[in-house]
Amino acid sequence: MQPKHKSVETKYMAERQEFYESLKRLDRRSFLKVSAAAFGAAAAHGLAYPFSFQPVSVAYGAEPQGESGSFRFAYISDSHLYEKDINDRFVRALMRAVDDVNNMDPQPDFVFYGGDLAQLGQAKELDLGAEILGNLKAPLKIMVGEHDWYLDMGEKWRALFGEPIESWDHKGVHFVKLLSIIEEDFWTARKMTPMQRMRTVAGLDNGLQRSFTVGEQQRGWLKEDLAKYADDTPLVVFSHSPLYKLYKNWNFWTDDADEVQAILKRFKNVVVIHGHTHQMLTNRIGNIHFHGLLATAWPWPYAPEGMPELTIEMARPDPFNPQDGCGDGEVRVHPDGLVDKVYNFWNRNPVTVGRAYTSSWGKEAVPPRPNRPSY
Amino acid sequence: MNTGIWTTIVGVACVLLVVALWTTHANQVAADQGAKADEGEGQKVADSHMDQWKRKNPQEVDDWVAAEKERHAIQPPADNSDLLKGGQGEGHTYGQYTERDLLMWARETEKMAVEGSRIFHDATALGSTVAVSCDMCHPDGANTHPETYPKFQPQMGRVALLRDMINWCIQHPVRGERFEPDDPRMRALEAYIYAQRKGTALNYGKH
Repeated sequence: MQPKHKSVETKYMAERQEFYESLKRLDRRSFLKVSAAAFGAAAAHGLAYPFSFQPVSVAYGAEPQGESGSFRFAYISDSHLYEKDINDRFVRALMRAVDDVNNMDPQPDFVFYGGDLAQLGQAKELDLGAEILGNLKAPLKIMVGEHDWYLDMGEKWRALFGEPIESWDHKGVHFVKLLSIIEEDFWTARKMTPMQRMRTVAGLDNGLQRSFTVGEQQRGWLKEDLAKYADDTPLVVFSHSPLYKLYKNWNFWTDDADEVQAILKRFKNVVVIHGHTHQMLTNRIGNIHFHGLLATAWPWPYAPEGMPELTIEMARPDPFNPQDGCGDGEVRVHPDGLVDKVYNFWNRNPVTVGRAYTSSWGKEAVPPRPNRPSY
Repeated sequence: MNTGIWTTIVGVACVLLVVALWTTHANQVAADQGAKADEGEGQKVADSHMDQWKRKNPQEVDDWVAAEKERHAIQPPADNSDLLKGGQGEGHTYGQYTERDLLMWARETEKMAVEGSRIFHDATALGSTVAVSCDMCHPDGANTHPETYPKFQPQMGRVALLRDMINWCIQHPVRGERFEPDDPRMRALEAYIYAQRKGTALNYGKH
């Protein structure tokens, strides 16, 4: 016998089921119609976030070519891989990102990996990551994160990927890749094993570790590397940690950020792109524009204090929606050196933080704000 | 005649018994007074023996509370020192506290939150099959918003308490076995999560 009263959740589940059934009945032509209609409706509302169950077609890689002289690169970051048979979810997430990037048409000039490929810096984790990233069609540039480093202090990483610090020129833009996760020795005095050291650094809120730094030696290298370039050279710097001081307790922080910024200061336009924070994050200090990268593994909450004014916080990730708040993305570099930064959320609409937004100090081209607080 | 002798014998026996009991009691009182006089000294001796033993057997000393507090910042429990000030009430014992009471409350309460922090940060203690622990998404217990429960979660088909959401996380992202509501690990996790959100106003039903 049918119960007379249906609870809210029963109705909700029934509607959900019916929606999916109706999707199955659609042929391709009507599906595209539905998608277009839903996407149009969302766009008309100026919403960046789809309502639940709305089929939204993401026109990924199909946006206009941009002004002449600009180019784009794709990014993937923070996959935190364990071995395949320990955790398949993080592995599948990285594979999804590689598929996303391989499906970009036209292909990006290169793919940038933002660090924390491994979770505990183990050879099997890094090997697995290298194997998956090996499927990328475009050339790969890869940076170190603290999770890749503190088991063997970078030995395996170097063997797989080469130099952790380097610079190169591409289409008139100078790129620099830093090793910004250097911590003062806290492990020797405590007689920690390499794995204890790794696990301490791997805990974001673990208070035994020290703050990240770029270090005096590397700052010297940076100064020398940049000496050859005129002040108006477009400059893009990659660092795993944000190259500014946001929140010390979680190492959303680089301890010698002020010194590094002082070296970058003379350039007309500088863009710093960093991993580690697993969220939409925008900042500008003087002529330096900062952009964070999304993670493939999991999103972090926002720091409880010190948030940069320019940041439009992404809505709190939905715990019932696996991979919500995760994703990958692309960066379009313009001839003036400034960038349009695309956050390609897997389970939300993509968000672009354009150069007009950061160059106008947030007055123009404001990206859509989410309708929910981030907590 | 017979009766007289027996009366004398019983009388003497009673006197002897009373004397014996009295002597024992008096000795006990004297011994107690001696012990009281030496209590402070005795504690010192015991403490120094304990310290010696700890130094000799460092592997046996597991100060897990201090160790966990060094690794992870944990909000301290409420300060109750106001209770010691002034009129502690007259004529009834409730509300009459000593520093010892306050110390005991704080220590025991905090210990539970500290144990929660230990489990929160330990994939093995959580029973994860995919090496995932709570802190990987919730550093310092952030974004757990315990003050918003209970609230209706259609995805669960019921009004969820904090423990239901903890169990949801244990079953899904952590991929472990759910804890019974009275499981000491669940109680400790709740203690840690509430502790970290100290000072936030309750707002049940908030999404």
